[in-house]
Amino acid sequence: MEKVKCECGHVNPYGTYLCESCGKPLKEEKGKIANMRYEGVARRSQTYKKSMIDRVWNFFSSVKVGIWIIFALLITSSLGTVFPQEMYIPPGENPAIYYEQAYGTIGLLYYQLGFHNLYSSWWYMLLIASLGISLVIASLDRVVPLYRALSTQRVTRHEGFLKRQRVFGEAEGLDDPEAEMKKAEKVLREKKYKIRKENGNLLAEKGRFARWGPYVNHVGLIIFLIGGMLRFFPEMYTDEHVWVREGEQEVISGTGGNYFVRNNEFAIDLYDEENEMFEAALERAGGSVVESFRTSATLLKRSSNGTVGSETELEEVKDHEIIVNDPLTFEGFSLYQVDYKLNELSTFSFTLESETVDEDFSDFIFEVDLNDPQKLYEFENGYEIEILEYFPNFLIDDNREPTTINRIPDNPRIIFEVFPPDVDREDENAEGEISLIGIQVNESLNGDHDHTIRLAGVEMVDVTGLTIRKDRTLPVISVGAIIFMIGLIQGSYWHHRRIWIQNREGTLLLAGHANKNWHALKKDFSLISANTQIPSPVDQLDEAAKEKENEGVNQNNV
Amino acid sequence: MFEMSSNLMYVAFFLFLASTVLFAVSITGKKFKTREGEEKNKAGLWGYISAVIALIAAVSYFIVRWIAVGHAPVSNMFEYTTALGIAISLAFVIIYPMYKNNYLGIFTMPIVMLIIAYASMFPTEAQPLIPALQSHWLTIHVITTVIGQGILAIGFVGGLIYLIRVIDFTKATKKVLGVEFILFSIIAGIAYILLNVGFNLADYEATFEYTNELGEEAQIDYTMPPLVGPNEGELISGGMNPLFNAPAIIASGDLNVVIWSFLGGLVFYLILRLLFRKPIGGIIQPLVKQVNPQAVDEISYRAIAIGFPVFTLGGLIFAMIWAQIAWTRFWGWDPKEVWALVTFLFYAAYLHLRLSRGWQGEKSAWLCVLGFIIILFNLIFVNLVIAGLHSYAM
Ligand code: HEM
Repeated sequence: MEKVKCECGHVNPYGTYLCESCGKPLKEEKGKIANMRYEGVARRSQTYKKSMIDRVWNFFSSVKVGIWIIFALLITSSLGTVFPQEMYIPPGENPAIYYEQAYGTIGLLYYQLGFHNLYSSWWYMLLIASLGISLVIASLDRVVPLYRALSTQRVTRHEGFLKRQRVFGEAEGLDDPEAEMKKAEKVLREKKYKIRKENGNLLAEKGRFARWGPYVNHVGLIIFLIGGMLRFFPEMYTDEHVWVREGEQEVISGTGGNYFVRNNEFAIDLYDEENEMFEAALERAGGSVVESFRTSATLLKRSSNGTVGSETELEEVKDHEIIVNDPLTFEGFSLYQVDYKLNELSTFSFTLESETVDEDFSDFIFEVDLNDPQKLYEFENGYEIEILEYFPNFLIDDNREPTTINRIPDNPRIIFEVFPPDVDREDENAEGEISLIGIQVNESLNGDHDHTIRLAGVEMVDVTGLTIRKDRTLPVISVGAIIFMIGLIQGSYWHHRRIWIQNREGTLLLAGHANKNWHALKKDFSLISANTQIPSPVDQLDEAAKEKENEGVNQNNV
Repeated sequence: MFEMSSNLMYVAFFLFLASTVLFAVSITGKKFKTREGEEKNKAGLWGYISAVIALIAAVSYFIVRWIAVGHAPVSNMFEYTTALGIAISLAFVIIYPMYKNNYLGIFTMPIVMLIIAYASMFPTEAQPLIPALQSHWLTIHVITTVIGQGILAIGFVGGLIYLIRVIDFTKATKKVLGVEFILFSIIAGIAYILLNVGFNLADYEATFEYTNELGEEAQIDYTMPPLVGPNEGELISGGMNPLFNAPAIIASGDLNVVIWSFLGGLVFYLILRLLFRKPIGGIIQPLVKQVNPQAVDEISYRAIAIGFPVFTLGGLIFAMIWAQIAWTRFWGWDPKEVWALVTFLFYAAYLHLRLSRGWQGEKSAWLCVLGFIIILFNLIFVNLVIAGLHSYAM
């Protein structure tokens, strides 16, 4: 492609609208006002239109396409809130049935279209990926030429350039143009403009760094998106749940079995219903409201100096009171308080009674740890009691067999066999008295018994529910977010303004350009005219609008 | 203490009213004082001063209530909506001095009052915080977000003024319909407030026995006469019999209120139209005929450029920090989060559209209006309707 040489001598790349150096329009354009976007420089996307790569590049560099992508994301995102996402439907529900049951035919359709898992669907990912690609390409397409144009711009600009600025004015017949320019320069210096001069012409510029704001924020956004993608690598991310009973410890998954957490004590507080301030609200809530719940926890680490093969020794690392909003953290892991279960059964104590046997059973008592029951209980008076079967969470299954739902002792049943001292346990055929015992349950399983086992006491413990979370993507995401915010602020709270003043044989030409906030630019011009004889330039857009309105045309977009 | 905070809010409310009146005088007064009189009309300045004092009173309400209750008053619908009203007045107080545009005052102040009045329709008592909400990050997140939304609301006001100024109300077009729809919504909002206050003063209550969505017998109280009753509802005390009953999955009490507000709004609206024989926008238009459209266009663009970073910081970044600590993950795609994202994307699209030619002026004014509708949708609909469906709604 051939380059374009401007009459000022600068050689511009092919596709340039306004000479990078003096600003002379190099192409015919409609309208009174020059298109100052990206300084009228040549952009790759506007120049090359041949190969496949060029086409892709051009597609993604277009702001229009970018906006379409943003709108597409916006609309699909909002569709995902019409009904709850799969992760928010009641636990245990089958989504294939639930959506139709709860929301009818529309619900079924929602499910069939995959909207119940919208945010992890391939098309949503595709949209986010296109957003990222578009961000990268659009930014690259513009930032380099923009940088070049802004750093090569000359103070002296072509008259055609000045006249076609939105804010433009001429000051004719001044007594002493030079002196007026000096005064104007002083005003601008006070307003913290950077001033460059050349052949008696002046360029005052302020806030150029704001021009890089969008690019900085786009970079932040890209880093953020990359951070989000990293989550798909398993080693970056752990999300587990663990229940820990009071007084017990559990391994922290994801730590390779090296760390354990012990629940020293769990506590819960409710709001005091007498509390004057909250009385009305508590009554409206119609019950007790939890004020806080917390686990006094200890983090334990497998001791590193334990000899090989010896019992694992655990070393206390730290204590922490885990509450909602204050997790226990170590080495990138966090343990969050998310749930609890009060009064889970932990120990049963039993007594033995007999109406027929002449024995004193008044001291006879034994305890069964429901989470880890002993198999056999031997007593001084020669009695033995064996646990034949233990169902922590008893259920008769579909085959009418007794079984347990899980290992949590919510509904424990124990089958005991009692051997009085006179039964010879060595004898293969020896049979004790077998019974099934649970809360409010006491059945003999083999005929009449001389002895009865009685449930005499129950102990309960509280169980804390903790989420174990590791998210190595957080640093990347945070850096992205910080850069994004910096760029956003840089581009939003500062504005690039330029004022050109040129002396053409005694007539001063004034022109101004602002990327946004024209109001502030005009105020600066008013300040100049208040302190000099130079009149304020006009906003050619306002003029155009007024003309239109005077012609009686109802014209809104300028 | 608690009482004092309510009283401060009353003071603020009446000062906002005073400010509205003063701004009205500053605009209508000008007509009588021609060229040289313009400078003499100080009503705009007094309107601004009144707004500043009102803001001080409102912020005092906020602080006093904070001290009395023990946590920042942004944790229920009443508190949050009130905070939004205060934030809009804060944004006004910041932006007015830049442009000294009295039209901004006469439109913003009534909107602030309307939002605060709407807020007070919710239960105003202090509420205990559930554990997840006991966090400094939550406080920072909500306050920053509400300030961002307040600034974005000024963009809405600018857009609305622009539309009323430039649209031709003598012809029946889609644009006229759009503006009328917005104005009708505002009127229906006023109708809701008046009806609610009215029936409250009259101590109206009707109780129904009905079958709820789980098929169980339940009771429901109505605060407005039942036009629509609950599923298989049977009136057990007070009031009239409903015209028809709603199906079980619909919250009939809320639907009833919506219907009342709609009808109330419609009555007001029709009366106005019959009186003036033109669209409401056309009635207001003469008031704004002195407005320079380009000036309000710039104000709303500026407001959005200022508000967008604040909203992003509060509504997304601080929200993510809080979510990471309280809910163990910084992002969970729950409806409130998604709608904050939608708001963010919408305004991002707006800012990019402003870079293109042909998107200044009227089109952009529509977008400013739509953006604020999304914010209100997130506040009202998502909080009250969508979030009600899932697990950790309060
Ligand atoms: C959600 C995603 C995005 C956000 C939050 C965002 C944010 C921004 C912001 C705040 C600005 C400054 C606007 C102004 O100064 O008024 C901007 C400018 C810009 N954005 Fe984006 N953007 C996003 C996506 C995109 C995409 C997908 C494209 C692709 C075409 C794009 C291209 C541009 C361009 C070309 C500019 C103008 C740069 C300049 O003035 O030098 N943006 N963006």
